[in-house]
Amino acid sequence: MTEPQLLPTPGRRPETVSRARRVAGDRTEGQSYLEVKDLTVSFPTADGLVGAVQGLSYSLPLGRTLAVVGESGSGKSVSSMAIMGLHDPRSTRMTGSITVGGEEIVGMTPTELRKRRGANAAMIFQDPQSSLHPYFTVGDQIIEAYRAHHRVSKRVARDRAVDMLGRVGIPNPRRRLDDYPHQFSGGMRQRAMIAMALVNDPKLLIADEPTTALDVTVQAQILDLIMELQQDFGSAVLFITHDLGVVAEIADDVLVMYGGRGVEYGRAESILGQPLHPYTWGLLESIPAVSGEPARLHPIPGTPPSLLALPSGCSFHPRCEFAGRVPGAACSVDLPDLVSRTEDTTRTSRCHLADPAGIFATDILPRLP
Amino acid sequence: MLIYILRRIASAVSVVIVTLVASFGLFFVAPTDPAGTICGQRCTPERHADISASLNLDQPVAQQVGEYLKGLAVGRTYHSGGLTIECDAPCLGYSYTLGQPVTKLIGQALPVTVSIVLGGAVVYLIAGILAGIIAARRRGTYLDRLMVGTSLGINAVPYFVVALLVSLYATFLPHAGYHPLLENPFTWAAGLLAAWLTLGLANSASYTRYARASMIETLGEDYIRTARAKGISERRVVYRHGLRAAITPIATIFGLDLAFQLTGAIFTEAMFGLPGLGVLTLRAFNQYDLPVLMGGVLVGSVVLVVMNLLVDILYTILDPRVRLG
Repeated sequence: MTEPQLLPTPGRRPETVSRARRVAGDRTEGQSYLEVKDLTVSFPTADGLVGAVQGLSYSLPLGRTLAVVGESGSGKSVSSMAIMGLHDPRSTRMTGSITVGGEEIVGMTPTELRKRRGANAAMIFQDPQSSLHPYFTVGDQIIEAYRAHHRVSKRVARDRAVDMLGRVGIPNPRRRLDDYPHQFSGGMRQRAMIAMALVNDPKLLIADEPTTALDVTVQAQILDLIMELQQDFGSAVLFITHDLGVVAEIADDVLVMYGGRGVEYGRAESILGQPLHPYTWGLLESIPAVSGEPARLHPIPGTPPSLLALPSGCSFHPRCEFAGRVPGAACSVDLPDLVSRTEDTTRTSRCHLADPAGIFATDILPRLP
Repeated sequence: MLIYILRRIASAVSVVIVTLVASFGLFFVAPTDPAGTICGQRCTPERHADISASLNLDQPVAQQVGEYLKGLAVGRTYHSGGLTIECDAPCLGYSYTLGQPVTKLIGQALPVTVSIVLGGAVVYLIAGILAGIIAARRRGTYLDRLMVGTSLGINAVPYFVVALLVSLYATFLPHAGYHPLLENPFTWAAGLLAAWLTLGLANSASYTRYARASMIETLGEDYIRTARAKGISERRVVYRHGLRAAITPIATIFGLDLAFQLTGAIFTEAMFGLPGLGVLTLRAFNQYDLPVLMGGVLVGSVVLVVMNLLVDILYTILDPRVRLG
């Protein structure tokens, strides 16, 4: 059996990539591939306007991984769906700017969006069991994804699909191609999803909690695979998660979201090493310790805010145990800006506290396991 | 798969045999006097005895059932008032009121009913499913509400009113009547058109709602979002990915609906003067024509059992996760 020569070797682009994409890729080499600026996504409902994402900004260059962290309803999935153009324009209001490879996504027609979806940016979802179509073979679904953006024969697309399955570590890919998703294990299904997402060699990969539905042992394999493929393909990865353990393992940069807004942004090591926002502290404290003395968990008190009516001022202040240390009623009146509060200008946070680093050292660090 | 089908066929045969014995008991053994009912009010003992003999009512029950089964397998001979009637296998009995073997009567009526029901099914499946998809894609809009409202309205109207409206207002349709398909397909189709439209219109209302509900559920699935994320066209998302999954529950309902309709589309047949199974059994019921009734019950149970089997087999084709065994 001869190996088809379709795979892009690392660093070289395959011949089949369309011209438009090659131009877009070259233009953004070295600078940000994904730029989100002042993005607002809201959904009009019978009860009022649901502001799922408000004034979100970040950038992501090729070859880097940005982890977006937050609770359910913090806007992390909604913002990534917006990047993919997956929101129904009839029921969604979007302002601000998203550029992928230099192209503005906000305001694009559905047809233009569709042509870019899966080609420039591809997405892996949380639960591979429900995200793969149960009635089509795995091969069918990968081939369809490839042919959506490449005018090639079924045979060529099939060879490409076999390559991709082999590449994501599925043994005997030529035979497994004709299996249905239910004949795969959970980890293999997520591998197949990754193969499907990467089949068009996208420059941006969005992974929406790709390991949440998997066994712990399989989680590590999938994370390794994503990092390995990112190296090979040189793509930008937007990794959505609520698991700070995963963040420590894979992220270059971290964006912490709360109530539809970014509350802390910066390099992974500095955010995990010295977080400056009380919400991030809360996230760190709610990680159970696996080793050492058994200790009580410290969950964040209260519940995530309603996106229909966010609390005034800083959205986090009703749940924040340090709101009292800010003089006056600033926390409940003024929304703090997302600005740099240390010498490191690349890291920003949205908090009124005068000395968050000090509070972290004296109050939070001793509580952590 | 093969073992499963064989096992299902074996159980199907046993269901039919139980139905046969039960209906036999109901019609022939119950403390009724079928011969007396047929004979009427001014019945002479000689005539009563003759009718009893011709229906084999004078024999022990076990022997009656045995004779019936023997007739099915190899045929039998009837003796009535000095006449000898040969009934070839598969013999379902002999109708004295019509002077015809039951097998022949059902053989004539079944193609009529099958033609009506299958033609109508094509109409309501296409119209209903398409309308359901359109409504599902425009869920919550005025068009959606209009379609759901219309469908509920049609369902609320009794079936014979729908049939009456079609025959009164659709006067441009060819005159209804049954002409065998093999003689001339065009006159066959022309004669059945009104019946197809009536059956199709009345049933498409339900199928619009089945398809709408099934499609709305499917379009909310994660794998539809995956399909959209691939960048394929919305039409392909809906008709390939969506319909493929939404069709499975509809197929189940359709199989059972079809089985029920095949045992006799009585209203449609009667309204349009089509000599189908429903009309045949209704007449037999009114005239207490026991052999025809028995034959109708038997054919009906076979149709139901076969349709159930077909639906189950269809399921394995539609849903690869279902493995029979």
